[in-house]
Amino acid sequence: MSSSSGSLARYIAVRLLLVIPMIWVLLTIVFFLLRVAPGDPVSAAVGGKLSEEALDTRRAALGLDRPLIVQYLDYLGDVVRLDFGATISDNRPVLDIIRDQGGATLTLTIGAFLFALLIGLPLGRLAGRRRDTALDAGIRVFGVVSYAAPIFWVGIMLVILVVKLFPGWPTYDIASVTTKFTTEPRTHILLVDTILAGDGAAVQDVLKHHVLPCFALGLLLSGVIIRLVRVNVIQAMQGDYVEAARARGIPERQVVRRHAFRNALVPVITVIGLQVALTLSGAILTERTFNWPGLGTELVQYVTARDYVAVQGLVTFFALVVVIVSLLVDVLNALVDPRVRY
Amino acid sequence: MKSDDVVISARDLRVWYGTAGLPVRAVDGVSFEIRSGEILGLVGESGCGKSTLGRGLLGLLPDGAARDGELFFRERDMLRLKRREQHALRGRELGLIFQEPLTRLNPLMRISEHFSETLKTHHRGIGKDEIESRSLEALRVMGIPPTRFRAYPHEFSGGMRQRLMIALTLVLRPAFVVADEPTTALDVLVEAQIIRMLHDLRDTYETSLLLITHNLGIIAEACDRVAVMYAGRIVEIGDAHTVFRAPQHPYTRELLRSTISLSTTGLNYIEGAPPDLSDPPPGCRFHPRCPDAMQVCERRAPVPRVQPSGSRTECWAADHANGLVTLTEDERIPLAKEVIALADEA
Repeated sequence: MSSSSGSLARYIAVRLLLVIPMIWVLLTIVFFLLRVAPGDPVSAAVGGKLSEEALDTRRAALGLDRPLIVQYLDYLGDVVRLDFGATISDNRPVLDIIRDQGGATLTLTIGAFLFALLIGLPLGRLAGRRRDTALDAGIRVFGVVSYAAPIFWVGIMLVILVVKLFPGWPTYDIASVTTKFTTEPRTHILLVDTILAGDGAAVQDVLKHHVLPCFALGLLLSGVIIRLVRVNVIQAMQGDYVEAARARGIPERQVVRRHAFRNALVPVITVIGLQVALTLSGAILTERTFNWPGLGTELVQYVTARDYVAVQGLVTFFALVVVIVSLLVDVLNALVDPRVRY
Repeated sequence: MKSDDVVISARDLRVWYGTAGLPVRAVDGVSFEIRSGEILGLVGESGCGKSTLGRGLLGLLPDGAARDGELFFRERDMLRLKRREQHALRGRELGLIFQEPLTRLNPLMRISEHFSETLKTHHRGIGKDEIESRSLEALRVMGIPPTRFRAYPHEFSGGMRQRLMIALTLVLRPAFVVADEPTTALDVLVEAQIIRMLHDLRDTYETSLLLITHNLGIIAEACDRVAVMYAGRIVEIGDAHTVFRAPQHPYTRELLRSTISLSTTGLNYIEGAPPDLSDPPPGCRFHPRCPDAMQVCERRAPVPRVQPSGSRTECWAADHANGLVTLTEDERIPLAKEVIALADEA
């Protein structure tokens, strides 16, 4: 261990190399799962309307009659060249879908994460500090319920509540129609575009639309964070270094914040990274509930259409996001905890 | 070097833990004094209340523990101090060195951050340069090179981490330090080194030290006086040489006999185990295991008496042998073996 920055660079390099086999395994699983599932794009679109021969002709035109292994290698070759193709059902380039609708999913998940941290960290810390009190019990119940409750039900309940309490507050879609049509798409992330346009009213409109879906999804995530932070705070408070800090006369508030809480967050960072997958799957349901024009909504439609190309492309994109975030989390972990090195 | 001012004085100090059943009286009425620059060794078996006493002196007890009796640090009545005042004394005046050094440093903080946090807490407005010079001086005394100042705890060995902990305690120049088995987790060479360093501290800083250990060799090597603890009480206390040369209490004698040296031909041990501190035996607490136990030992608890050798001892046999008390024939009848076995069972 000559210098810590050198080993950190090495650590990141090793983690980056590990991404390649991870992606390959993911691509393979997605490819074969789709083929194993009953139905194909042709039968889903025109099945029962045309004769078997006509269907086979269409399949042949799409190359679906070739041996699976050939299709698989062909697909891998395309992916290596970053060519995700165009959808079978409506001939849209997959990359265009990701570009146009990825932004909405992105801001939804980031917003949800912010809410989750905002709710989860302080509540988890409070429950951990006031262990086995009524407050602790209350927070734990809240955590379990918010984690276990189905997002569409929570979403609908929130909508009903908001409609009653704040009539006029937007409860679906990412923005009002006027904002959508007047904002010039530059980054294709609506919130960023309205900010770039300098349109204050539009920014406000988009932000307002974000509150409810982000809060609903954030609530789901906060349940995990609360439990995790609580357990780790309890454990860290019993740490030997915490007692040692007290013995040096460090004020209790500082002991909790600098010694216990910081150490409690190390495992929390890792698990929060893993929650990205949960957030994305939650985002799909959230988007359906709030009519959100994101990738989740698209994915559901393409799965129904058995659109191999679209589903492969979108799922690969989701997987990439999860992989990249977990990479970032690992790097963040290595930055926070000097013991994490390869 | 030694001056006569008392730094720590305890009288009939008690510490107990509230549990679901009976309270555990881990420290049950101990009295002693530690003078400026003095090293008092505290020995005894595991579970006799040594660590509880050490922590009790600093008020570093877990929730549900309580203290009673009298405890003075210089003129300050420690048991009447407000929590905040007591907290402020910790580190600055009263230090604690732990048994297990590996986990006592915050793994996310550099050594330098530990020092600056500690110094800033107790010296408001201290400058960066002063923090560094004082920290490096403390590290130098403990033999840690200044190049390691910005390293993380996991980059040090166990022995070095214990020296770091000691340096971190001493950088504040506390008047009194409790060292709770500081070398138990370390190998013998490092042990000797650390004990020498602790011993030298009194010359450098005139720190008073309560050195808790179950290693009698350490006591002989480093301590001025020694207190022997059994089942929550100090059964013998006195000048280290006197106690070692002429132990007055049978427990002290048996402890000394149990030490292993090159000339040891057989292993000696004290039969039985220390009693349950929530329900100690009546009379003298050592009587179920004592080879010299008499009828009186079971009936009445001995009181501390200064023996002719100069040690203060709680033992009927010693009192009688030295002519400090007159016991009747009945009282002097040795306890029968089966009684011992029975009491041991309980």
